Amino acid sequence: MFVLGITGLIFIGVSSLLVYAIVKFRARKGDTTEPPQVFGSMQIELSWTIIPILIIVVLFLTTTRVLFSVQDAPKPKDALDVIVVGHQFWWEFRYPQYNVVTANELHLPVSSKDEPRPAFMKLTSADVMHSFWVPQLDGKTDLLPNRVNEMWIDPRETGLYLGQCAQFCGPEHAKMLLRVYVDTPEQFNAWITSQQRTQAELTAVPGGLQAGANDTAPNVGNEAGVVQAATTKAPPNSPTTRGNVTPALGESQAISAQTGQYVFEHEACISCHTVAGTVATGRYGPDLTHLMSRETIASGAVPNTKENLLSWINDPSQMKPGSLMPAMHLSDRQNQQITAYLMTLK
Amino acid sequence: MGTDSMPAPQGIQTGLDRTAAVSRPGTYLELVHSWIVTVDHKRLGILYICYALVFLLVAGAEALMIRIQLFFPHNDFVSPYTFNRLFTMHGTTMVFLVGMPILFGFGNYLVPLMIGARDMAFPRLNAFSFWISAFAGLLLYYSFIGGVGLYGTGSAPDVAWFAYAPLTEKAFSPGHSTDYWAVAILANGIGSIGTAINILATVFCMRCKGMTLSRLPLLPWLYATVSFLVLVAVSPLTAAQAMLLIDRYLGGHFFDTQMGGSAILWAHFFWIFGHPEVYVLVLPAFAFANEIIPVFSRKAIFGYPAMVAASVGIGFISLGVWAHHMFTIGMTSFGNAFFTLSTMLVSIPTGIKTFNWLATLWGGKIRFQTPMLFSIAFLFQWVIAGLTGIMLSVSAWNWQLHNSYFVVAHFHYVLVGAIVFMIFAAIYYWYPKMTGRMLDERLGKLHFWLMVIGFHMTFDVMHFPGLLGMPRQIFTYEPDRGWTLLNQIVSVGGFIQAIAVLVLVYNLVHSYFKGVLAGPDPWDAWTLEWATTSPPPAYNFVVDPVVASRRPLWDLKHPEDPDSAFE
Repeated sequence: MFVLGITGLIFIGVSSLLVYAIVKFRARKGDTTEPPQVFGSMQIELSWTIIPILIIVVLFLTTTRVLFSVQDAPKPKDALDVIVVGHQFWWEFRYPQYNVVTANELHLPVSSKDEPRPAFMKLTSADVMHSFWVPQLDGKTDLLPNRVNEMWIDPRETGLYLGQCAQFCGPEHAKMLLRVYVDTPEQFNAWITSQQRTQAELTAVPGGLQAGANDTAPNVGNEAGVVQAATTKAPPNSPTTRGNVTPALGESQAISAQTGQYVFEHEACISCHTVAGTVATGRYGPDLTHLMSRETIASGAVPNTKENLLSWINDPSQMKPGSLMPAMHLSDRQNQQITAYLMTLK
Repeated sequence: MGTDSMPAPQGIQTGLDRTAAVSRPGTYLELVHSWIVTVDHKRLGILYICYALVFLLVAGAEALMIRIQLFFPHNDFVSPYTFNRLFTMHGTTMVFLVGMPILFGFGNYLVPLMIGARDMAFPRLNAFSFWISAFAGLLLYYSFIGGVGLYGTGSAPDVAWFAYAPLTEKAFSPGHSTDYWAVAILANGIGSIGTAINILATVFCMRCKGMTLSRLPLLPWLYATVSFLVLVAVSPLTAAQAMLLIDRYLGGHFFDTQMGGSAILWAHFFWIFGHPEVYVLVLPAFAFANEIIPVFSRKAIFGYPAMVAASVGIGFISLGVWAHHMFTIGMTSFGNAFFTLSTMLVSIPTGIKTFNWLATLWGGKIRFQTPMLFSIAFLFQWVIAGLTGIMLSVSAWNWQLHNSYFVVAHFHYVLVGAIVFMIFAAIYYWYPKMTGRMLDERLGKLHFWLMVIGFHMTFDVMHFPGLLGMPRQIFTYEPDRGWTLLNQIVSVGGFIQAIAVLVLVYNLVHSYFKGVLAGPDPWDAWTLEWATTSPPPAYNFVVDPVVASRRPLWDLKHPEDPDSAFE
């Protein structure tokens, strides 16, 4: 505001002088004489050298004060740590204090004067340069490979804040969108627990093909009456694990979470995606453990609905040309099965 | 002009007898051949200008396609790939194939004439510089048909004009498009450095008798500064292109972050070129204003020594501000503070220049012909561009506005509002000298008003999507952000500017055949180029001029009140 005021005043001053000069000193018709020739004036020239210098000094001092207070702010004890990793063309968010990983939608607790809860973020990139920008929360900070940058956010009002990548990073730069949800402390804690809870439960049953479908399978329905055993907590190496049941699932025509999980884990999906607690541990693409807790897919490009998921899995480049996820050329049935599985990842 | 016209006085009176000696019936082939092999600084200057105008149309068309794509959210007029190529090529073309050539063109044409020389210091180097720059342009555009990109044939560069590492590395840009970009910039850089050496040598060694440095017109002074900047700033860019090619083909790791290279290193290399480059482009625009504003105000330039000092000062300070393009890249607070200060310091000499122009207008008798109209619009727009520049130098603002449409609007205010407007002014001002005919004044005014309306519609409005959070270089945007209407106004303004440029092109062609004969000195001006015929003969001056002041023609026209009496 201060800067705007100064520059605005200069603008009004200079442009009104300019307009005055143009009107006052225009050539009159029929006047062919030359005006008096003036070559300069030391006093006037000194004045319009020194006054700008003074303005610059003031501007510079105010700028540096803000600059140092922002950049060198000490980190309070109870600050929230967030690690942001930029990817072509999506965002990875990690909460090291809570052991939570998510993508594209960042949740932060609201911060207040009495209960400050700023988020201190470390930013880096997995591939090329990106830039983290949520205009209503803070300025931008670039994400560079081979380097960790830092910034902090101190959100004072709850709500959804939109942002996007601000450093050209390739074909889909425009659709590397970013959503920040500033929650009340209760909401935030509930969110963290839910992100942790299933994860904790899932990891308690390692290697479980069935685990992913654990408490959610009923939602999807088992049209073809697929083996219900999958929904119970079977210990590893029990007769219902991979060796016995999966071939049946693999051949199954049924569209269910179970068959979907089978396809998911037996196609290339798992080389890039993680679903915590299953064999899917890829790191190249977004973590899908709690996919259905997110409102959008494809880095904010479209709402997270069944139709969009289906069309995304079928051919990501239709929705987002240049996306690094390839079309896997699966059958329609397989796509539907995978979608059914993904819909269970709450 | 044969040997029998030896005692030709000053050359002013010989304005209309140009046809006799020059024209000899020749075939078109001979004509083309004579232009290709020419080492005449005037012909090379015109070649530079024509070459730049062709690319102005090309890059303008690219800009229009960008604007059509952004007219609606989620528009699919072009694919994301094509869009990225369009803005990369638009930026690269405008800077390297339009801005620099057209300014070098005017420099080539005017510097020897204004210092009373018969040619540049190194005419053959001059021709070499032009042709290698022309080759660079063709090479860059050949990528549209010859480049094999990742997505099939025909792949122009798509890494943005600043081509940040590591996007340009083999891992992320496997096709040849980036190679075309790097080699074209490298070749163009060689041409620019050749011209810079040439202009420096010309200004310092070829001045006519009596023209001391303190009597040197401001245009050659500024071109000398620009050439110095080109020498210092283009060399790192050329080096960086070589490093990039080593990375891509010889297994180097300068910018290869996967092997421990540094992305920031490229940013430093690029911007230590990139910011002085802004002044390489804008100082010639100042130079035109320094010549045009006094002539049309009918007054000598106010504060000549301060103008020279300010110009050279801008040249020096501009070498120390490059990292203000990198406030968000994660520099220390001390680094950010340093570059904030150095950037703000530039505004002091630029302020001096602006006030001196105002003071030149003050008390004059201003004639509003087309060159002056463009110059006044330039003054106004330059003030705004400078002030948004100060805002951006405040690093806290910059964190917010960097890489947003606010920045795009700001630098287009400089590049179009100041530089392109002054290039248009220069075209109207010196076209009579180059062709012997005046440009049509009515078409000129139409061009001016269309341009002003289009410019302000486009670039005033463009600041606001930036303030609302729209980043640059995005091929589309979401409908719910409130950017739609603003983008539509911007696009419409772009088309109005395009019409304005077409009016200029028509005027250039039309007036070449039908324009009013200009005579040697149509504007009643004061510098040496107006002392010879329009167009000047190959040898420029029949007799080597001798000057006694900064305005030799004023002395000649006003023997009762010569400048030389005051210097």
